[in-house]
Amino acid sequence: MGLVLQHVTKQFGSFVAVDDVTLSIPKQRMFGFLGANGAGKTTTFRMILGLLEPTKGEITWDGERITYKHSHLIGYLPEERGLYPKLKVKEQLIYLGRLRGLHKEEIVKEMRDWLERFKIPQYEDKKVEQLSKGNQQKIQFIAAVLHRPQLLILDEPFSGLDPVNVEMLKEAVIDLQKKGTTIVFSSHRMEHVEQLCEHICIMHKGKPIVHGSIKELKRSFGKKNVIIHGELPFETLTHIPGVIKMEKTVEGVRLQIADESVSQHILEHIYSKGFIRTFSLEEPSLNDIFIEKVGAAYEQ
Amino acid sequence: MNNKFWIVFLHTYVTKLKSKSFLISTIVTALIVFGISQLDRIIEAFSNDGQKTIGVIDETNGWYEALQAQFQTNKEISLVRHDGSEEQAKTYVQTDQWYAYIVLDVQNAQPKVTYYAKNIADSDVTHEIEQALQQVKIAMMAKQIGLTYEQINALYAPIAMEKVALEQHAKTEEQLNQARAIVYVLLFAMYMFVLMYGSMIMMEVATEKSSRIMEILISSISPIQQLFGKILGIALLSLTQFILIFSVGYASMKNSDMLRQLIGMDELPLPLILYGILFFLLGYLLYAMLFAVLGSIVSRVEEVQQMAGPVTMLVVAAFIMAMFGLNAPESPFITAMSFVPFFAPMIMFLRIGMLNVPTWEIVLSIGLLVGTIAFLFVFGSKVYRGGVLMYNQASSWKDLKQAWQLTKK
Repeated sequence: MGLVLQHVTKQFGSFVAVDDVTLSIPKQRMFGFLGANGAGKTTTFRMILGLLEPTKGEITWDGERITYKHSHLIGYLPEERGLYPKLKVKEQLIYLGRLRGLHKEEIVKEMRDWLERFKIPQYEDKKVEQLSKGNQQKIQFIAAVLHRPQLLILDEPFSGLDPVNVEMLKEAVIDLQKKGTTIVFSSHRMEHVEQLCEHICIMHKGKPIVHGSIKELKRSFGKKNVIIHGELPFETLTHIPGVIKMEKTVEGVRLQIADESVSQHILEHIYSKGFIRTFSLEEPSLNDIFIEKVGAAYEQ
Repeated sequence: MNNKFWIVFLHTYVTKLKSKSFLISTIVTALIVFGISQLDRIIEAFSNDGQKTIGVIDETNGWYEALQAQFQTNKEISLVRHDGSEEQAKTYVQTDQWYAYIVLDVQNAQPKVTYYAKNIADSDVTHEIEQALQQVKIAMMAKQIGLTYEQINALYAPIAMEKVALEQHAKTEEQLNQARAIVYVLLFAMYMFVLMYGSMIMMEVATEKSSRIMEILISSISPIQQLFGKILGIALLSLTQFILIFSVGYASMKNSDMLRQLIGMDELPLPLILYGILFFLLGYLLYAMLFAVLGSIVSRVEEVQQMAGPVTMLVVAAFIMAMFGLNAPESPFITAMSFVPFFAPMIMFLRIGMLNVPTWEIVLSIGLLVGTIAFLFVFGSKVYRGGVLMYNQASSWKDLKQAWQLTKK
């Protein structure tokens, strides 16, 4: 069953923050929400968690409406990071863990495992305000997963982290998924979503403009990319029919083409015009899809 | 109430109890209370050892002896007759051999005194000399006129007026004085505690909100339970502190004469104190709720003071009325105010302490108060639910409406 949103709408006065979202996220899936700031991602999450009540529609987990009875099943990492600055890491996690229905002993054991994994066991008795921002974020992540939730909601989990920590956190997220956790997360970093998720939903102004599996989306998108590295007169390439966009890169160009067959015309065109180091046909990136879809939605 | 409520309740209580600020404020207040209760001993300990010697240059006839007789049993002042020159007397004072000297003269049977000392700030000494001279003067004059000692006493005997209240349960004069003292102390404690702990709640809520931990909290526990847990946890904290300070004060006063002098009794009237605690708790709940709701709509801790202003004014207004009411507990204004929920905790308590208030009035006042608290909890917890999710640039009272709307469907 997993998480099901049916015609969920949220209005604040006359402002429509989330507009008729219908989604079904099966268990053990990693699902990504994409969208610009103010697209309605956080509001959707808050409704899933029961912090806000939908104006219309219904949200269920395993067929049941989510209430505070389910809070031990759900983990949440909010977009705005925060912990009690004056409390020690251990006290903090014990408090938050107990509110999720755990006992003290379980929390301490689980906490030590996680601190070990994140390579910060020495911070157990430090006050949160003494920790760096990245480490605070790790503590907050631990707070979200301490109780082994079935459904984990991560709102911008990687923002503000350095690449090493991003990798560490990504691995942790993937591990959790393998152990059976359903993970819903939002990000505006396409590469993170692309790496982690099979399924996504792109939101724009409260509306889900695209959703489905990434593979499917890319296939149906039709357009492909051609990457060429080398020393060539690139300017003439834009005249070839089917070439939609050209972007200069350091080593050459990146072309967006209407379909696969165009790539062969390009190859013919540049053949013997100069030195070609790389010629490759690639799937469209999520970024391309996002820009196109959201851009189209802007123009409406 | 379920398990999670207790987790928040105990967490709030224990964390605050262990905090340095609680420890320090309790110790400091207890010390101050202890100090006040021991004030007479402390002053005694600090005052100069031994007596102050005062030289007397007597230019009269026999007044010195009479005056000397007045100071016979005085522990602080002793008189010395000085027959030498005034210059010499001045040197004695300047070299601290004497504390001061006076020149005593009589003109037309009226004493004329000049007091010389290094400084004339210590009014106690001059006051005592004046009083003694007054006595001497009366005695001298009486002797002149030929009055007997009994006649003088009769002349100066105070008027004996006994006040008798005709109402059956009305308080006697002595009881009233006792009540006034206790009511005063408890009113003051109420005022301090409501303000202190009310703003503590507001700070707590604002801090949790601005440190953004609120969102994690209310995704695991309903905001209403969380709010209750916090308010009651801090209530228990305030009671703990009150009882600690009160015990210190009571224990240290019990051994001194102060308590008997001040309150005029050995034992405290328990019912009045229980009423005090009841009204304190109700008043605390009322104001804590107001403060918590305001705390939930501010976005930054710096804005707390500004938003708290109007509510603080209400508490101050109640206290000022109560101070006025101590002297006029029967005035219609005070009677009316004792039913207004925002003032009732102090004013009704004051009336109960000072007057013989009919039971129905007490019940009505408490009923109104409890009703208002219930209403505030229903209204406030809705605003709180929305308020904690709201982050605005500048907070204002208009945000109350916005927060309310946020919890609607």
